[in-house]
Amino acid sequence: MSARRIFARPARFAAIAPYVWMVLFFLVPFAFVLKISLSQTAIAQPPYEPVFDLTAGWDALKAGFAALSIDNFRLLFSDDLYVFAYVRSLTVAVTSTVLLLLVGYPIAYGMARLPKRWQAVAMVLVIVPFWTSFLIRIYAWINILQHDGLLNQILLALHLVSQPVVWLSTDSAMYIGIVYSYFPFMILPLYATLAKMEPVLEEAASDLGAPPWQVFWLVTFPLSLPGVGAGVLLCFIPIVGEFVIPDLLAGSNSLMIGQTLWLEFFTNKDWPVASAAAIVLLVVLLVPLLLYERLQKRQLEQGR
Amino acid sequence: MRKVSRLSRFNIASLALGLAFLYLPILILVIYSFNGSRLVTVWGGWSLRWYHEFFNDRAMIEAAWMSFRVAASSATIATLLGTLAAVALSRGERFRGRTLFSGMLYAPLVMPEVITGLSLLLLFVALNAERGFWTVTIAHTTLTMCFVAVVVQSRLGSLDRSLEEAAMELGCDPVRAFLSVTLPLIAPAIVAGWMLAFTLSLDDLVIASFTTGPGSATLPIRIYSEVRLGVKPEINAICTLVIALIAAVIVIASLASKLSSSQGESAAPL
Repeated sequence: MSARRIFARPARFAAIAPYVWMVLFFLVPFAFVLKISLSQTAIAQPPYEPVFDLTAGWDALKAGFAALSIDNFRLLFSDDLYVFAYVRSLTVAVTSTVLLLLVGYPIAYGMARLPKRWQAVAMVLVIVPFWTSFLIRIYAWINILQHDGLLNQILLALHLVSQPVVWLSTDSAMYIGIVYSYFPFMILPLYATLAKMEPVLEEAASDLGAPPWQVFWLVTFPLSLPGVGAGVLLCFIPIVGEFVIPDLLAGSNSLMIGQTLWLEFFTNKDWPVASAAAIVLLVVLLVPLLLYERLQKRQLEQGR
Repeated sequence: MRKVSRLSRFNIASLALGLAFLYLPILILVIYSFNGSRLVTVWGGWSLRWYHEFFNDRAMIEAAWMSFRVAASSATIATLLGTLAAVALSRGERFRGRTLFSGMLYAPLVMPEVITGLSLLLLFVALNAERGFWTVTIAHTTLTMCFVAVVVQSRLGSLDRSLEEAAMELGCDPVRAFLSVTLPLIAPAIVAGWMLAFTLSLDDLVIASFTTGPGSATLPIRIYSEVRLGVKPEINAICTLVIALIAAVIVIASLASKLSSSQGESAAPL
């Protein structure tokens, strides 16, 4: 038997502890979300009608099944509030992802063209702000964007505007916050593919007479598509469920689904509806999530 | 022959603008934390006033201490579990349930936090667990061990496997081979994984809000409820302290990993 295969056996045992942990704290909780999304709201603690009680025997179980209702889901699809929230979440996520790609691509491209030594430095510089708290980074923007904040002071001093512009509680503030927070998630995968690209390919194209924009569109961009895909998924999926950024930076007249879920849960104490909203969100994200997992697996498991 | 510089003016400009965009807001926040004026936007000279304010704010200090304990313990458990998971995935070849396992490990990386938070809370409620330090720690461990697993797994993937195999040809059993050859080589990744887990936990607002109980707010929860009421200079000071703490962790850990990777290289030139 090869050393590799002998090594594999104890390595497999290493899976036991994390496996049990993830089943218990990642997989099983979804069963509870599903169960509670199908139960009725109640004024109680916890605030929902118990549906299943496994200790109560078979008849009670049957009664439990009979009591299951899809009312919460029906509510989600009939109430404009929720439908709008889902549509808005998707619109915001698509718009932000496009913005991130437009802003991130030139930077990743610039990084990949730096001398090797400087590439490592640039990468650290992009990652470091990501280590400082996410909430702090949003707060930093509130400082800048508020009514008498720095941005308005500068605009006024330059006579670009005659009175302070309202930045906070607008969609522009939210988009600035999202682009700022998800910046490294877009840049790093882009940079990874661009840095691996052979420079001779671009040189050959331009030697054969292609103008720079053609070199970019016909050679560079198509070759960087795996990085684009990774960056897009890495940003799009969490942005759909984003709560903090729209809550702190956007106005309160149109909510994203993460915000309505939060509201139902913490303010209205309607756990069943919140659970149903989470299930629908999960279903919406299922395809991008599966795509992302395949990508991640391929990257980590088959040579890099 | 490669051209000396492929950098165009456009490349340089986009890099400079990008870095300015990344760093200016944080820099401004730090500078304003030393502002003596009560008005956040009017400069009133350098002062440590808001730091005093923070250190006299009992509730804030308690929240910071809670966050620190949660971050340290969840990062430690997560590093242990995440490293085990990475070893199983990159060295375990095929095993039953492998697809489910890797799926469960990669999904939380992008899963919206509201879903993770809500689902864990419903579990804790069903188990009748008292919510507080331990529930937040468990929740953060679940999230951060996935990040540790990815970091360690990518290091394991780039490692030359013939080193482990050589150790075994020379008579080590697999566990010995792992402990004396593989582990030292992946130590920098493990350290990096711990740091990532620590800062992610310190940072998290959404999952902590769902899984904590009354009376045990973490620092982000406190900051969030203050920020919702408007900008306060004290928050600038707290944020600056958190940034300083994280910067210290990064510097220490990168020194440590430099040290261990130079040792690793002298033991095994890769």
